[in-house]
Amino acid sequence: MTARHLFSGNNALAEGAIQAGCDAYFGYPITPQNEVPEYFARRMAEEGRVFVQSESELAAISMVMGAAATGMRAMTSSSSPGISLMQEGISYLSGCGLPAVIANVVRAGPGLGGIGPGQCDYFQAVKGGGHGDYHLHVLAPATVQETFDFMFLAFDLAFKYRNPVLILTDGLLGQMMEPLEIREPSHLRIPGVSFERASWALTGAQDRPGRHFKSLHLDTHVLEDHNRALQGKFAAMAADVRFDTHKADDAAYLFVAYGISARICRAAVDTMRSQGIAAGLLRPITLWPYPIQWLRDRTPWLKKVMAVELSHGQMIEDVERAVAGQCPVSFFGRTGGCVMTAEELVEAAVKEFDL
Amino acid sequence: MATVVIDVLRCKGCGLCIEVCPRKMLVRAGQISGRGVYPVEAADPASCTGCLQCVLVCPDVAITIADAGTPRQARKRKQ
Amino acid sequence: MTYTRPESLKPAATHYCAGCGHGVAHRLICEVIDELGIRGRTLAVAPVGCAVFAYDYFDFDVTEAAHGRAPAVATGMKRCNPSSVVFTYQGDGDLAAIGAGEIVNAANRGELISVFFINNATYGMTGGQMAPTTLVGQKTPTSPLGRLPAREGWPMKVVEMLSQLDGTAYAERCALDTPAHIRAARAAIRRSFDCQLAGRGFSIVELLSACPVGWGTSPVEAVRLVASQMTATFPLGVFKGSASPPTA
Repeated sequence: MTARHLFSGNNALAEGAIQAGCDAYFGYPITPQNEVPEYFARRMAEEGRVFVQSESELAAISMVMGAAATGMRAMTSSSSPGISLMQEGISYLSGCGLPAVIANVVRAGPGLGGIGPGQCDYFQAVKGGGHGDYHLHVLAPATVQETFDFMFLAFDLAFKYRNPVLILTDGLLGQMMEPLEIREPSHLRIPGVSFERASWALTGAQDRPGRHFKSLHLDTHVLEDHNRALQGKFAAMAADVRFDTHKADDAAYLFVAYGISARICRAAVDTMRSQGIAAGLLRPITLWPYPIQWLRDRTPWLKKVMAVELSHGQMIEDVERAVAGQCPVSFFGRTGGCVMTAEELVEAAVKEFDL
Repeated sequence: MATVVIDVLRCKGCGLCIEVCPRKMLVRAGQISGRGVYPVEAADPASCTGCLQCVLVCPDVAITIADAGTPRQARKRKQ
Repeated sequence: MTYTRPESLKPAATHYCAGCGHGVAHRLICEVIDELGIRGRTLAVAPVGCAVFAYDYFDFDVTEAAHGRAPAVATGMKRCNPSSVVFTYQGDGDLAAIGAGEIVNAANRGELISVFFINNATYGMTGGQMAPTTLVGQKTPTSPLGRLPAREGWPMKVVEMLSQLDGTAYAERCALDTPAHIRAARAAIRRSFDCQLAGRGFSIVELLSACPVGWGTSPVEAVRLVASQMTATFPLGVFKGSASPPTA
């Protein structure tokens, strides 16, 4: 299966899902991820699998739910305003205990916003977005290869925990083109995940009583027990934290960033190191669960921390939570679809860190 | 010909069956049931023709008709 | 022969009000499923509304859906499991208000699903508020002065609308009031499943139903209102497809 191609992030997202065994894609066009439904439309027909262009994102997430209820590997994708429309459906998927993968190719907001890249949906992705007490694994790729690879992990996580998984990428990653190796990323996969359906899904009540999926429990005690059970699941999910670091082991000045911002921070770190500054980078890969513990453990050795996001500061709240006031936390961001340069970031950091 | 059995605890006392019985044989019971309503009872179960009108309109599957013959026979019996 | 509860209908007593049409509709659907022998491959989608607990009454595989999205959920189920028999069961708000987009597009795509639409001209579960299908002049908690077209628009004619779409293969409106009409409704439900099994396209059966508590009347009076009030606005009949007898 190994072959190297030049791929855009959006196409890699789709091909990764297809290689990972995605049975069905339902989605609606929205910039900057139109390539995703288009790619799926062509490839799913080639593979004899299911593709439906839904009438809206509202419909797409419910189509995913229908497929998921029957045990299929189903996914959808959209960008920020469309993901807002899917929030109710995501809450239902989690409440019902159904597996699904949702990809958000984030654009600048709020409202209709712009079509440039953004990281302003962190709150929406990580802190709920939808109603009720629930969590999703949120995976943040930073390269086209990771965008492809993480689709395998996403379906593994979704089926292991029977919970939706969100891929949080952005318009820049979606459009950029990089070499991609079409492969099974065995280093990322979770061993022992089963995709069998007969034991739990709605496969037709042949020779058995009818099954059903619901998130409605009108009895308050029953619903509280259901919530406690879900929390138990989320606690188990929280054990699977993933992150990456760059020159962070001996860093005194730490950047914390994910996705495209992390790549720019990497360049900034290298520039600052060449200037003799002990800079480093923490790159969360799972935004939920966040690598709180690693950061908390490193805090005593840090002089300053800077969160870098294409937003006005959302992930920074989790950085502040980890650091717990033991170290100054500052912020650098661009919005509107603008993306910072490494030079601009270095200049801002040197000034902010007082170097 | 046919026997009609009304499950007293399933019956919600809506009275729709009383309206459609061609023999006017279904009546409201004089006592409140365990469900807290006045259910319907068969005043003369032996006169049931098995026309199935009551079964058709009952929303609660509270009525069971036995030995009703074929649907055609049942329709013919409807007076 | 014994006429009793169909096998696909669970023995549980329902939470529906005395005289509510849901009980009849559930029974008819289960009778047809038993007759066709398709319980083992039936997948159903419950609405949000009084019938939200439909999975407590239907003894086959059922899923909950977000309000109005049942046709989309059904699309996902059927596309991924083409040999299953998929139906949605929806009320006025679910299908004609919040779900208007989903039902039109599922019909337009010709999704091979069956839709059973319980039209009782009101929002039962939430206390009888105005629905898209509420009759002109009908008083509800959100149209306390009576529905006035200039202020609240007109009753929505769903089967007429959907019959305009090429994807709709069969659309019929029936009523769950008299024994004769209920027999006809069962035949329509059978035709809808036959349509799906034959792969002809999308089908919908609209079932006019009483809502005694929502309308503030007795069950017997409410059922009379179905014929005396509802059918003038919502005429019974086949609007698309054929009414010839169902295949054996």
